[in-house]
Amino acid sequence: MNDAIAQPAKPKGFLRLIDTGAHQKLLAVASLIALLIGFSIGSPNFMQTSNMIAILQAASVNGVLAVAATLVIITGGIDLSVGTLMTFTAVIAGVTLTSIGVPLPLGIIAAIGAGALSGLISGTLVAKAKIPPFIATLGMMLILKGLSLVISGTRPIYFSDVVGFDQISRGSIIGDLIPALPIPNGVLILFIVAVVVAYILNKTVLGRYCFALGSNEEAVRLSGVNTDRWKMAIYALAGAICGIAGILIASRLNSAQPALGLGYELEAIAAVVIGGTSLSGGRGTINGTIIGALIMAVLTNGLRVMSIAQEWQTVVTGAIIILAVYADQLRRQKAK
Amino acid sequence: MITRRSTLLALPALAMMAMGSPALAQDKPYIALVSKGFQHQFWQAVKTGAEQAAEEFGVRITFEGPDNETMVDRQIDMLAAALANKPAAIGFAALDSQAAIPLLRQASDAGVPVIAFDSGVDSDIPATTATTDNLAAAALAADKMAEMLGGKGKVAVVAHDQTSRTGIDRRDGFLNRMAEAHPDIEVVTVQYGQGDHLQSTEVTKAILTANPDLGGIFGTNEGSAIGVVNGVRETGAENIVVIGYDSGTAQKQAINDGLMAGAITQNPIGIGYETVKAAVAAINGEELPNIIDTGFYWYDKATMDDPQIAAVLYD
Repeated sequence: MNDAIAQPAKPKGFLRLIDTGAHQKLLAVASLIALLIGFSIGSPNFMQTSNMIAILQAASVNGVLAVAATLVIITGGIDLSVGTLMTFTAVIAGVTLTSIGVPLPLGIIAAIGAGALSGLISGTLVAKAKIPPFIATLGMMLILKGLSLVISGTRPIYFSDVVGFDQISRGSIIGDLIPALPIPNGVLILFIVAVVVAYILNKTVLGRYCFALGSNEEAVRLSGVNTDRWKMAIYALAGAICGIAGILIASRLNSAQPALGLGYELEAIAAVVIGGTSLSGGRGTINGTIIGALIMAVLTNGLRVMSIAQEWQTVVTGAIIILAVYADQLRRQKAK
Repeated sequence: MITRRSTLLALPALAMMAMGSPALAQDKPYIALVSKGFQHQFWQAVKTGAEQAAEEFGVRITFEGPDNETMVDRQIDMLAAALANKPAAIGFAALDSQAAIPLLRQASDAGVPVIAFDSGVDSDIPATTATTDNLAAAALAADKMAEMLGGKGKVAVVAHDQTSRTGIDRRDGFLNRMAEAHPDIEVVTVQYGQGDHLQSTEVTKAILTANPDLGGIFGTNEGSAIGVVNGVRETGAENIVVIGYDSGTAQKQAINDGLMAGAITQNPIGIGYETVKAAVAAINGEELPNIIDTGFYWYDKATMDDPQIAAVLYD
């Protein structure tokens, strides 16, 4: 136990530079590194540039969705509609860019705008109509899934004729500058989204109210703040971020796949909780969420590269999620 | 704290050691199969066939597929992980052939032959495609239906979907054959139940309500066929000739109970077997035909236990 007090002193100081809540990040980062080392030992094919890029690419869409989910979860809510909202915005991009034929930037704006609007509706249902977030976003999840199928005519929409669309996710600006590092733009976009949202959370009024709503909504209300408005703004922001995820996945697949999306919300939520964000609200970080998304992607890829039977991959993934959150729980009890 | 943290660190590594590392210390050629699905009985049967061929030809295989057939991006991730393992060949059943083309091209640039299975890829990258001739198989269903109805009457189709290749081919194979060879049989409607048991049941009940004089219904895949059987049973309609597709415990049971007249079975084990066999041939630089027809069979109560049929049916 004496060791316990002495040992973490150094990394704690180091990590404090990056973020407060250092312990939790240390744990998540340590798990990520342990996984990377474990898989490198497990398979000689794991640690190669192309596979690391494949992992980052696999993490990019889930990562962006998880960032959106983090915002809502910090307010003490939950957003089950992130996956099908992503699909819906991809379909909106598909319709505007191919059927209507608007220029590329307008199609992107339409998708992100549709995401924000949908988020605003969820937020209104939660804040004004007082429908519990779980139910409101469950309803939205189904509405959006249905609408995606209706608008697309249940057929995938292909972007083959939209010049440059597939480059949004598949292209590599970094690779053009440094040929040895062909990191796809999708990954770059994930990190840009993360930095921007982390800034909003930590440095702006919106971010402060996000945490305050999750800690004690009543106290915020009693101090004269229009909590409904801030909550709606946060859901709308989360929706807009889902719109970015929609563009990313559509670009990666060079098509909008209207049936896709169910189940993606749970993976996003898993990344959020592995990253140390509390499902009861008031506490969480974007760094943690990104690490959580990376852990999920490394785990999935590593188990595959090790040729572990698929049924066992699922078992191990579930166990790691529980383990990661349990470790975080232990740390928290200790802190009390 | 220390111990707990080290436990956390050690666990993944321990888990890996416990599960062993099949990727190591193997000099057999490695063939990665990325399928459309994994947990459905049909795909498990494809896997069984692939494993048989792997043993016979002395290669090592892995077999993976996403949880459901909408997860196009997950399938691409699986293909990327498979490529990281530097396979000698890849077997691929595309959920969306366009989405996978960049990775397939990467494989072909690296000299890794690609064998398409179950459904084709709209590209010249695959060396061959191992698949069922769904048009011909559905035409056989139409012939059997006509035979049992004495060449005249009204029939309906409960199809699994209107967009996938198999959905389109099975529907059109049945409709075209009826139009060409059995002019006195009228196909009154084609409805879609998404291959879901419950949805197909509801669709069937609606069809039976709308067409009380219906003579027969064709269900185009396992889920559709079971839905048709359920729908007929729930409405209590009699003398409806039900013809199914694929197998599975419930469908075999329905045939044994006389609720279903018979069904078309593909040869999923053959699909898996031929895919690996073709991959081995491609690795050895042999010429392959464009399409490898893996075959299909008609089966009913009388023939279900024939060794040749029983071998391709699955539970």
